[in-house]
Amino acid sequence: MADAYDIIVVGAGPGGYVTAIRAAQLGFKTAVVDREHLGGICLNWGCIPTKALLRSAEIYHNMQHAEAYGLSAQGVGFDLSKVVGRSRGVSAQLSGGVGFLLKKNKVDVIWGEATVAKVGEIAVKPATRSALGGAPVPPPKGAKAAGTYTAKHIILATGARPRALPGLEPDGKLIWTYYEAMVPKSFPKSLLVMGSGAIGVEFAYFYRAMGAEVTIVEVLPQILPVEDAEIAAFARKRFEKMGIKIITGAKVTGVEKGADSITATVDDGKGGTSRITADRMISAVGVVGNTENLGLEALGVKVERNTVATDGHGRTNVAGIYAIGDIAGPPMLAHKAEHEGVICVETIKGLHTHALDRAMIPGCTYCQPQIASVGLTEAKAKEAGHKLKVGRFPFVGNGKAIALGEPEGMVKTIFDAETGQLLGAHMVGAEVTELIQGFVVAMNLETTEEDLINTVFPHPTLSETMHEAVLDAYGRVVHT
Amino acid sequence: MPTNILMPALSPTMEKGNLAKWLKKEGDAIKSGDVIAEIETDKATMEVEAVDEGVLARIVVPEGTADVPVNELIGVIAADGEDVSAVASGGAQDAAKDAGKAPAAASTPAANGSAPPQAAPAGTLTVPEGHQYERAPELKPVDAKPAAGAAPAAGATPAASSGRVFASPLARRVAKEAGLDIASLKGSGPHGRIVERDVRAAVANPPKSAPAAAPQATASQAPASQAAAPATPAAPKPAGASDEQVRKMFPAGSFEEVPHDGMRKTIARRLSEAKQTIPHFYLSADCELDALMALREQVNGSAPKDKDGKPAFKLSVNDFIMKALALALKRVPEANVSWTDAAMLKHKHADVGVAVSIPGGLITPIVRAAETKTLSTISGEVKDMAARARTRKLKPQEYEGGTTAVSNLGMFGVKNFQAIVNPPHATILAVGAGEKRVVVKGGEPKVATVMTVTLSTDHRAVDGALGAELMSAFKDFIEHPMSMLV
Repeated sequence: MADAYDIIVVGAGPGGYVTAIRAAQLGFKTAVVDREHLGGICLNWGCIPTKALLRSAEIYHNMQHAEAYGLSAQGVGFDLSKVVGRSRGVSAQLSGGVGFLLKKNKVDVIWGEATVAKVGEIAVKPATRSALGGAPVPPPKGAKAAGTYTAKHIILATGARPRALPGLEPDGKLIWTYYEAMVPKSFPKSLLVMGSGAIGVEFAYFYRAMGAEVTIVEVLPQILPVEDAEIAAFARKRFEKMGIKIITGAKVTGVEKGADSITATVDDGKGGTSRITADRMISAVGVVGNTENLGLEALGVKVERNTVATDGHGRTNVAGIYAIGDIAGPPMLAHKAEHEGVICVETIKGLHTHALDRAMIPGCTYCQPQIASVGLTEAKAKEAGHKLKVGRFPFVGNGKAIALGEPEGMVKTIFDAETGQLLGAHMVGAEVTELIQGFVVAMNLETTEEDLINTVFPHPTLSETMHEAVLDAYGRVVHT
Repeated sequence: MPTNILMPALSPTMEKGNLAKWLKKEGDAIKSGDVIAEIETDKATMEVEAVDEGVLARIVVPEGTADVPVNELIGVIAADGEDVSAVASGGAQDAAKDAGKAPAAASTPAANGSAPPQAAPAGTLTVPEGHQYERAPELKPVDAKPAAGAAPAAGATPAASSGRVFASPLARRVAKEAGLDIASLKGSGPHGRIVERDVRAAVANPPKSAPAAAPQATASQAPASQAAAPATPAAPKPAGASDEQVRKMFPAGSFEEVPHDGMRKTIARRLSEAKQTIPHFYLSADCELDALMALREQVNGSAPKDKDGKPAFKLSVNDFIMKALALALKRVPEANVSWTDAAMLKHKHADVGVAVSIPGGLITPIVRAAETKTLSTISGEVKDMAARARTRKLKPQEYEGGTTAVSNLGMFGVKNFQAIVNPPHATILAVGAGEKRVVVKGGEPKVATVMTVTLSTDHRAVDGALGAELMSAFKDFIEHPMSMLV
């Protein structure tokens, strides 16, 4: 006899486990299925462990520059296994935390790989391997075993995996994905990073800060392609100053593997080619949704290019089957997945919900300088036909930034000239990932420039740069 | 058991109204028969009386809210002994659920003992299926003597000006630029907050001005005549200048913007509709008034006096005109009609409206079966209704319907004008000033008191000759006024 649930969530990543907890809060009998990790990629192979690595890199960098602050530090070095060990410890701690939260909310955990057998029923088989190719990860305590389970509503939250380019497929040894890059056994002296999105740039920064020679190859004309061009250009200068080589508008066309190195052929887009040799290459050309092997084709669930089509409230074209997070389309971000999941279960509950406004989902990149943004870039805003008022403010005009020794940064605000609507905000510099939510709240509350101008920002903080960037859009900037 | 207070229907056709004023505050004790709120429609302000005793636990719709749909929950009364805060926080649904457990007890207001008869016509207070348990509040129009504290001004101020409207700054700005009254919108954000998408939706799909069948079906009377002369009517907007374009024709600060109230919108809508859809034509005639003036003096002089020496009545020339028009319609019954697409409605009585100018607009109360009423009765009714019209306390049934109307601007010295037919009427009589004029009689110039009247008719219902016949009959009654007394 199959166990019967109201809701089963497939995938315990940040989207899945939050969805399950919210479902349980709403009174649904809920289970969540995962094959490897509570907390998913985010917690185990993505957002969180990289932040731990980057923190090590940042402190290492600061120690090397201690003199600038009147301090002295001799014999500064690092132990790679300990840096990686700390990162794994952080993931383990938080993954355990997710298990605790699920238990506390009476959400059952089912361990294995799920297939939607039919509407209302899933079949769970034991996992055969782990992400890195080893033996499957043993189930957490109290997890239910493989078997058949029924649920009135099945929510797919299976996330995404690294995209592989034909001929440049990661092999886990010389060509890495974020999995291998997260847990290096030896430190590569040189590294080629293919792709300059958040993942590529963060690893490029980490390895450079720790001492590797790093080259980024980006096929588009700018690094950080989704960011505002001005911000991306600002970041590029900083990266180049710290010694990262950046080649944009260029394509890796082939890789020759040596014994312990690779040689990549790079087409510069202007007819020229060059060869770059490095110890390792990281393939960071995006992620694709895990829509396969779920039984979706047989059920007629509409899937296009690894994206499950949904109505904005998580409903697919098949009643009783829902999809949230990465498999429901970009932006493939943990916080987007969480919100979609909440909207999905609240819709099932019959609560009044609105589809997530994807224009208001912030994005953050955690290298130094950090990059954070929300809303439209200047180019996109123009494309959308808005008349714009654009404000800018550099960190060098901010007292706190100078005191921190972080004068490199800027904030850019983009307003609709007619309505005063904040269309976008873009930031680069120290701690901007912690600042952006101020603009996100403002946008969600539909504030206009007037409300932002009238808001008191505390002094001395980096957040004053946000205020000044708003003032600048309206010709009232004070500190430049 | 908490009782839900629903938005009452003041007339069979009313779909929504403005909650003008709460006369009780949350927490106030309510006795059966207490007036708890005032509801304003485009024409009238009505009071809502409590049927139950208890405490006003919660005001759901704040005062000043415009366009509240009929049967929407506007407040909750906690019965004696109930936990007021629990009822208030429980909200409408809980209250409704609780109430639903004992539908039988609550379904008849009469069970409550002292329930006065409902003012609104039977059937108007029916509630949607599944809501039978809710008690319809009693309605009572205010008497001619304005009740103490019943501020007549309530109707004159725009409803939206009181009470906080929850809207995002962006929504406010977009609404302002689009010339939309933010208070008229319904919010879809958290707790009903009005957000940008609500405003954009309203701009994209402006509320429909009125159902097509409105003129006959609703017959909510907007007045004819004088207002119509100049300017573009506001409601069904002619394809022309936008609000913004009009504003730009005047220097900023050189004018004051007064938002339209319900009456203004109704006048604009109905008269635009009437003038655009009714094929009007006009018949003018001069009527000699000397005989009528003499008779009037004689009748007024003989009016019985009360102990203070105040006469029981004082007939005006207009009273004679109304009576004459009623009698003329009886003499020419083919003209006492209403146009509908399918059929002509031939009326058995002449219900004569009289346009009354009131602050902020005008209204046309109806003297029913005027042909059967004495001049003094007509006079008394008109005085009473005009007084109540000025404080917007007319009952809808006092201004809806009618078969014709009189619009008299003689007191302003106007000699002659044309009024706009006010459906479902087929005619309207525009009356100019009575004045001494030189007329030719028997080949000799003579001085006579003469007034010019102009009949506007709906050509679909009343053709030229028929209208002329009616005018001739009217003129005959006016010039031989003794015939009106028999």
